[in-house]
Amino acid sequence: MRVLAAMSGGVDSAVAAARAVDAGHEVVGVHMALNRNPGTLRTGSRGCCTIEDSLDARRAADLLGIPFYVWDLSESFLEEVVEDFVAEYAAGRTPNPCVRCNERIKFAALLDKGIALGFDAVCTGHYARVEHRPDGTAELHRAADALKDQSYVLAVLDADQVAHAMFPLGDAPTKAQVRAEAERRGLPVANKPDSHDICFIPDGDTRGFLADKLGEDPGLVLDEAGAVVGRHTGTYGFTVGQRKGLGLDRPAADGRPRYVLSIEPVRRTVTVGPAERLSVQALTAVDPVWSSPVPVGPVEVAAQVRAHGDPVPAVAEMRDGEVRVRLRTPLTGVAPGQTVALYSATRVLGSATISATTPVDTPVGTLAAD
Amino acid sequence: MTAGPSAYLDHASTTPARPEAVAAFVAEASLAGNPSSLHSSGRRARAVVEEAREALAAAVGARPAEVVWTSGGTEADNLAVKGVYWARRAQDPRRTKVLLSAVEHHAVLDCVDWLVAHEGARAVLLPVDAVGRTDLDALQRELGTGEDVALVALMWANNEVGTVQPVAEAAALAHAVGVPLHTDAVQAVGHVPVDFAACGADTLALSAHKFGGPVGAGALLVRRGTPLTPLQHGGGQELGVRSGTLDAAAAAATAAALTAAVGDLAAETTRLQQLRDRLLDGLLTAVPGVSLRGDQRRDPRHRLPGNVHVTVTGTQGDSLLYLLDAAGVECSTGSACQAGVPQPSHVLLAMGLPEEEAAGALRFSLGWNSTAADVDAALAAIAPAVERSRRAATSTRTARRRRAARTPGPVAS
Repeated sequence: MRVLAAMSGGVDSAVAAARAVDAGHEVVGVHMALNRNPGTLRTGSRGCCTIEDSLDARRAADLLGIPFYVWDLSESFLEEVVEDFVAEYAAGRTPNPCVRCNERIKFAALLDKGIALGFDAVCTGHYARVEHRPDGTAELHRAADALKDQSYVLAVLDADQVAHAMFPLGDAPTKAQVRAEAERRGLPVANKPDSHDICFIPDGDTRGFLADKLGEDPGLVLDEAGAVVGRHTGTYGFTVGQRKGLGLDRPAADGRPRYVLSIEPVRRTVTVGPAERLSVQALTAVDPVWSSPVPVGPVEVAAQVRAHGDPVPAVAEMRDGEVRVRLRTPLTGVAPGQTVALYSATRVLGSATISATTPVDTPVGTLAAD
Repeated sequence: MTAGPSAYLDHASTTPARPEAVAAFVAEASLAGNPSSLHSSGRRARAVVEEAREALAAAVGARPAEVVWTSGGTEADNLAVKGVYWARRAQDPRRTKVLLSAVEHHAVLDCVDWLVAHEGARAVLLPVDAVGRTDLDALQRELGTGEDVALVALMWANNEVGTVQPVAEAAALAHAVGVPLHTDAVQAVGHVPVDFAACGADTLALSAHKFGGPVGAGALLVRRGTPLTPLQHGGGQELGVRSGTLDAAAAAATAAALTAAVGDLAAETTRLQQLRDRLLDGLLTAVPGVSLRGDQRRDPRHRLPGNVHVTVTGTQGDSLLYLLDAAGVECSTGSACQAGVPQPSHVLLAMGLPEEEAAGALRFSLGWNSTAADVDAALAAIAPAVERSRRAATSTRTARRRRAARTPGPVAS
């Protein structure tokens, strides 16, 4: 196959490209330039899109003996990921930009361009597995290393995108083994630290980044009874489940910590309450994407709402184009905007964007999932 | 990804060293002797440098004393632009205006930007017409009485579209009001006749690796009496204008390359023009939507003989580069890169092209060892590459529209 290896400059994508070469594919390395004004380590950037990262990717490609190019996808990235991120926070939701990037950049803008240019697949360093069935379909599965499994951020891919994806690290037993393999191959990125930050917020200050984009938009922090317990400078600074940095005037009457329960950007209010009110028994999610056949009627699934959260048993059902998910074990800190990924054992069935949640003590009959 | 050697059609970026240059470099590089040393090895090395200086000067119509060796074209441009600016402003503090063509190379543009940011300069970009030729009426207007102008910068020939600029006319206009002119002749020297004495420019930058000399070598020609403040200080070489140990091997190789290039310039120009016409006419007939950019007159008085710069409607330069590279054809988008990403060309934008058309730019540049086989390889590869690149551009736009429709609505609350 002709394979386009997306090379970030990190160790995972370098080893993934190396494994694709070993497997006998015709591999071309591409570093995606996602930022019009990339930072450098000298300017203190901690993100994963510095010019040094592009040079690291180039050196890895040199070592593998594959052609290497830098493709400018900054315009798509700005429109599809950065502006989406800001708009989602402004709307009181909690987006996952890595999910968006996979959905709309790596396996959309990059994949579409690659296919048009004659490639068959995009290869990345994600920890997940694609299983090709004899009938030509492809299934997305969790990685062998449960600790590194990244199938959650890929659950947004549809069947066609999965069919054109290649994840050579899906069978790697551990991340440490991947680093050892990089060392053995002489890849200079073997000991490069993992990137954790949002790549387009190089200083890690998400709140400051949003404040720059959205400006101050002050409002009230309320308790569940509607009493004013504090003030804020913008609802976008909050996430459901957040405990720190609430800036409350005084402690709760019972002295227990309070958490963000909900965000209403139109009224510019943030509602806080005790931990048990964060428990969610059902959720509704919109814009579903299925890499498996669309389920008919209720199906038993495992639902996961965070990249590194434990999945819980649940019943999912498609209704009016939305997914209703009834959780058999309650989850806490579930925010609108997050992705819910649905699994059957290790297989990713699909995912959708959470639009509403139902707290545990809500009387039956008003469940979001009903 | 390709069988056999690539067709190298990117000589304007760098051209391989000529055999004469390699021989001269190798002969000198292993010998002892700093040209500034007083012993016999030093004197021998000095003689090599001075012989090279004389040969270089003879090849470009300059006097040996007008040659200042530099580390290349970029340093020569920096020395001229900053050095003349500082010296002229020191003579008269009103002289802070720098007039420069909108299509200058970054080695000039960015120098002026720096002077604006740090040294109180005022930059005036002179417009160009649709073929990239600088507007002399605008120059005359902006010169005024010349009392507040530090210098004019006008390249000899544009590195992207190959348009030859009216340097002599511009120099005459500048001199009429007592203003010096710098010309970046990096793309011209060794490719079209360059006569420093006749052209009227006060400083001229050249780069060895563009005409078959070594990378990291070049010179600034400085007309006698031109005020120039040095950029680098140290051992006082080159009459104190450019400190740094003289590189005898590089000087010898530079002179050898230029002597060879100028020696058969007429015959080589004819040969290159034939290759160029074969390539250009082939492109224009093989692919719909190809437009020649720069001066449409193919005479070397108007257009560099080895330059073919085209835009291809509906394509992206980076896709075309990849597809041609994969097919064994090496060329360029012609414009500057940031971390390997082609940026929209300031030259094409200054010529009035819309950004979308400027995105599909390709520069093929022929050189001293180009062959008909190189041209034929490019012609064989171009049509399928353009077709694929157009499909890639369309697929990206379609995908964006499709996914935009999936964006979720506001939170229900």
